Amino acid sequence: MEQPIAAAGLTKTFGDFTAVDGIDLTIEPGESFAMLGPNGAGKSSTMRMVSTVSPITSGSLRIFGMDPHVDGPAIRDRLGVVAQENNLDDELSVVENIILYGRYFGLSWKEARAKATELLGFAQLEDRADARVTSLSGGMKRRLAIARALVNDPDLVLLDEPTTGLDPQARHLLWQRLYELKERGVTLLLTTHYMDEAEQLADRLVVMDHGTIVAQGAPAELIAEHVTREVLEVRYPPEAEIDLESLGLRLESLTDRILIYTDDGEATMTELVNSGRTPSSSLVRRASLEDVFLALTGRRLVE
Amino acid sequence: MIAFLLPWRLVERNVIFYKRNPVVLLSAALEPFIFLFGLGVGLGKIVGDVTWAGEVLTYPEFVAPALVASSAMNGALFEMSYNFYFKLKESGTFEAILFTPLRLSHIYDGELVWAMLRGGIYSIVFVVALWVFGLLASPWAVFIPLVALLVGLAFAGLASWATTYVRHWQDFDLFFLVTQPLFLLSTTFFALDVYPEWCRPIVQATPLYHGVDLTRDLARGTVDVSAFGHLGYLLAMVAITRVLAVRRLAVLLQN
Repeated sequence: MEQPIAAAGLTKTFGDFTAVDGIDLTIEPGESFAMLGPNGAGKSSTMRMVSTVSPITSGSLRIFGMDPHVDGPAIRDRLGVVAQENNLDDELSVVENIILYGRYFGLSWKEARAKATELLGFAQLEDRADARVTSLSGGMKRRLAIARALVNDPDLVLLDEPTTGLDPQARHLLWQRLYELKERGVTLLLTTHYMDEAEQLADRLVVMDHGTIVAQGAPAELIAEHVTREVLEVRYPPEAEIDLESLGLRLESLTDRILIYTDDGEATMTELVNSGRTPSSSLVRRASLEDVFLALTGRRLVE
Repeated sequence: MIAFLLPWRLVERNVIFYKRNPVVLLSAALEPFIFLFGLGVGLGKIVGDVTWAGEVLTYPEFVAPALVASSAMNGALFEMSYNFYFKLKESGTFEAILFTPLRLSHIYDGELVWAMLRGGIYSIVFVVALWVFGLLASPWAVFIPLVALLVGLAFAGLASWATTYVRHWQDFDLFFLVTQPLFLLSTTFFALDVYPEWCRPIVQATPLYHGVDLTRDLARGTVDVSAFGHLGYLLAMVAITRVLAVRRLAVLLQN
């Protein structure tokens, strides 16, 4: 199969504002790829260009080897798009949403109906087939949006913040569905500002900030490259004046706590206690992509 | 797939929606009948007969053909203002369809065809009823539904273009501030010579006047060369509003 996405110097501007600032991106068939970054990093603008609905400002972009400006319909025939905002057809029932979407892709009524039955099963919405879309919960709507995006058996599925605003249970259910797609060999491109989502689903990811790519690689590689194996989180009473700088530790001060990057959290903790710097609370955990983002930009993903 | 069939997918969607909500369709179908009985018969008692093109008509005979044109306008306005706005800005329906192989122009044309078909069916029902009531005098009247389709298409174009500028539901108040006078003043309820001399060119410049005058000519069999002017005006309106609306939709949806 041709490369699903190949972008070089891809740029998108809106007036004076540069949303995407010359990014290079290639995604191989079957890969599960994430764009991680805070709101306004340029993730959604990139998604919209890849989905062919937003013209690129400059640079080059090829989807399955085709130019989105010229071959929009042929590209979209092989794409499944789950937009960030819910854009289900509120005037239709659950099953009609999938059937009619199949018709837009040129499926016959018979094919579209068969596909709808199959996808309702996939989305675990069989018992809601005739319900109005407006009566569904947030998690169900998102599952329906994903089911609808699969009606044309896409080779590449784009998911813009698929689990934003969902409760933990709904997120895990959704991740299962996406994992199943990945197992089937479907290429996935997703944006998220949750590092655990990227860690769960992505083979490879880019960290984006202010329209540029600040780091890329596999989740474990990025953690190894930019932060330590473990992180010790400590809290001190607000009035306490503790000097940690002189210990020569790698620190990151947040409003409510201090992160200490270390390869052995327990040993560092012992060091703090022994030097009379016992914190009021502490926690040792494995380093995450959130720490990578913080180390790279000095800011957190979700403010 | 044959390209001209693609907009039909949108028509299918609307048929499925309205199949479940037939009351909306029915209430719109009743509209011209209500005006005919309320104004034509009721007001007609006070107004008496009307002289038009040298012929003395009862008031219902005068008003009935105009109501075909004005209800075609109202039907198109409703479909391509509230409903169009909902799909464009509230539910994201159009945005979602743009992720399929369909193009913006297919979506737009599908919505237009639907608005036209819907209005067309109403006008056929109404024209048949007028025939039964004996309010149509000429075999030319068989062309009235076609004119109604054209009026519907022209106003569907205008309404959809205007709707792309609507920012929130309240803006539709402005919208109907324009369309209500059009409905009342386009010689629908009184002939052009009722208006003061200076006012007549203004009335003749507005779009519904052309639909009303043409349907009335067809109903009375007084068709003359002015029909070409009316048709030309309405066809130009369809063509121009389509270009403007599709361009605006691209700005909104494909930025």
